[in-house]
Amino acid sequence: MNVDQKSTQVSIPEEILQKWEAKGVSRRDFIKFCTATTAALALPLSFVPKVAQALEDKRPPVIWVEYQSCSGDSEAFLRANQPTAGDIILETISLEYSDVVMAASGHLAEEAKHNAMKKYAGKYVLIVEGSIPRGAGGGYCTIGGKSAVDDCKELVKNAAATICVGTCAAFGGLPAAAPNPTDAVSVMDLVPGAPIVNLPGCPVNATNLTATIVHFLTFGKLPAVDRLGRPKFAYGKRIHDNCERRSHFDAGQYAEAFGDAGHSQGWCLYKLGCKGPETFHNCPTCRYNEGVSWPVMAGHGCIGCSEPGFWDTMSPFYRRLPNVPGFGVEDTADQIGLGLAAATAVAFGAHGVVNIGRSYFGKNDSDADQE
Amino acid sequence: MHELRYVWEWPVRLTHWFNAISIVVLSVTGYYIGDPFVSVPATSQYVMGWMRFIHFLFAYIFMLSVLSRLIWAFLGNEFASWRVFFPWATSKGRQYIVGTFLFYTFVKAKPPGVVGHNALAAMAYVGVIGLYVVQIVTGFALYGQYAPGGGWDSSLGWLLPIFGNQGLRLTHHVVMWLLIGFSIHHVYSAWLMEVKEKNGTLASIFGGYKFIDPKELQ
Repeated sequence: MNVDQKSTQVSIPEEILQKWEAKGVSRRDFIKFCTATTAALALPLSFVPKVAQALEDKRPPVIWVEYQSCSGDSEAFLRANQPTAGDIILETISLEYSDVVMAASGHLAEEAKHNAMKKYAGKYVLIVEGSIPRGAGGGYCTIGGKSAVDDCKELVKNAAATICVGTCAAFGGLPAAAPNPTDAVSVMDLVPGAPIVNLPGCPVNATNLTATIVHFLTFGKLPAVDRLGRPKFAYGKRIHDNCERRSHFDAGQYAEAFGDAGHSQGWCLYKLGCKGPETFHNCPTCRYNEGVSWPVMAGHGCIGCSEPGFWDTMSPFYRRLPNVPGFGVEDTADQIGLGLAAATAVAFGAHGVVNIGRSYFGKNDSDADQE
Repeated sequence: MHELRYVWEWPVRLTHWFNAISIVVLSVTGYYIGDPFVSVPATSQYVMGWMRFIHFLFAYIFMLSVLSRLIWAFLGNEFASWRVFFPWATSKGRQYIVGTFLFYTFVKAKPPGVVGHNALAAMAYVGVIGLYVVQIVTGFALYGQYAPGGGWDSSLGWLLPIFGNQGLRLTHHVVMWLLIGFSIHHVYSAWLMEVKEKNGTLASIFGGYKFIDPKELQ
């Protein structure tokens, strides 16, 4: 890359770096954050100063609400990728309300949320975690006496943009799994047509949330999304197509059981029910926990947690195909199919035997029939 | 006195054999893709890679073959025409349906004398062509996932959120078994008709000619 060194040289203004140093974020950490986020957004290196500048200028108000959730996405974000990433984002945004980290409680907290919504109407970024239960008139989840349905609708309609973190907010997730006792829905099903970006995953990958916020700060709009509202930079490719075990898949090397020779050699987890071929996510490249690992790297197949219809459509986790409706849970599609083929062969074999029998014993009968 | 009749025109024979070979190849490679029953010791192998390549190649061949046959249903002779696939629409056709059914259930010793498809077979082929279309659509929708935003994804990707990726996969798999079941029945019936009609049914799908006794035609 010597040839192009001049054109790819980028720098972040000294005063920005000094400002962050004063806040306790080393220049090394800040540069790492800017470049990592730019890379996550699949932007060229020349955008690094723009990203740094965007973090400088604005302090958008953010309201982070939780409905039917386990707070796993909040946890994932607060223990973000690089220890400083969470700090930088929390410094950059103005977090007006968050169930997990706010100091206020009770009606004071609810009042703060309501005031922030009025004050920054049409300007704030809403982050939703968890699905919204519509059953029992919204009675399954209420905050300060207000149902999640009403709360979410009001917040989404007044927001500049809504980011749905985690599979529950994006697609309904676990609460919406069959039989969905609370009639849980995703934000996009509750408020169709609103400017929403979905960041599914269980939990959301903090890198993708950070990158989405930075994209909004840098360009003033949400990133380009696919037909399910997922940013293309993070959900544009299948896990299977970027998997580090892909060469074993193509070769035909599969772990047959956990702990067998193939498994210990890092062979493909396809036969153990890995849902990487069904799942769009950037896990293989971004990984989780400071980029340390992700399920397939750790030796367990993907369970497709970021796909619509997760849990129902991705179970059973340790088989390739879903159960055939109407058959027992132990019957695979292949066993049923083989049974079907065998039954066909037996039936027509029997038909043939009868026909042969007729040719020998019923000759007169056949002639009489024709005349 | 038997006469030689040209029944199956070359596009019918050609698409028949392209379909037959495609179904065999797609079933074997498809089964392997769904359940890789051979594991290889060396990473330098490319077994699954070749299986998938062959599967995708024959998927295109199969699609073009089925498409050609559907077009030929509007261009070909009376035995290839789309009309023969709906025998229940005419009173003559309904007689053939009953006659063939009585033959299959051993009530009558001989099937009704016809030159082209027997009525029940023609009706079965409508179902089979439906299964072909299901296989082609689910197959290419799943195939398109390798390139979101590409041609296959743009044209068929909308099926994924509706039926779910796994739903399409299960459908693709189950229909494979239904087609295998059909193939068993088809080969048996062809043999049965060869024996009973004695008009060269089996040879006709290679050469196109049948030996027809006009007296036997009703």
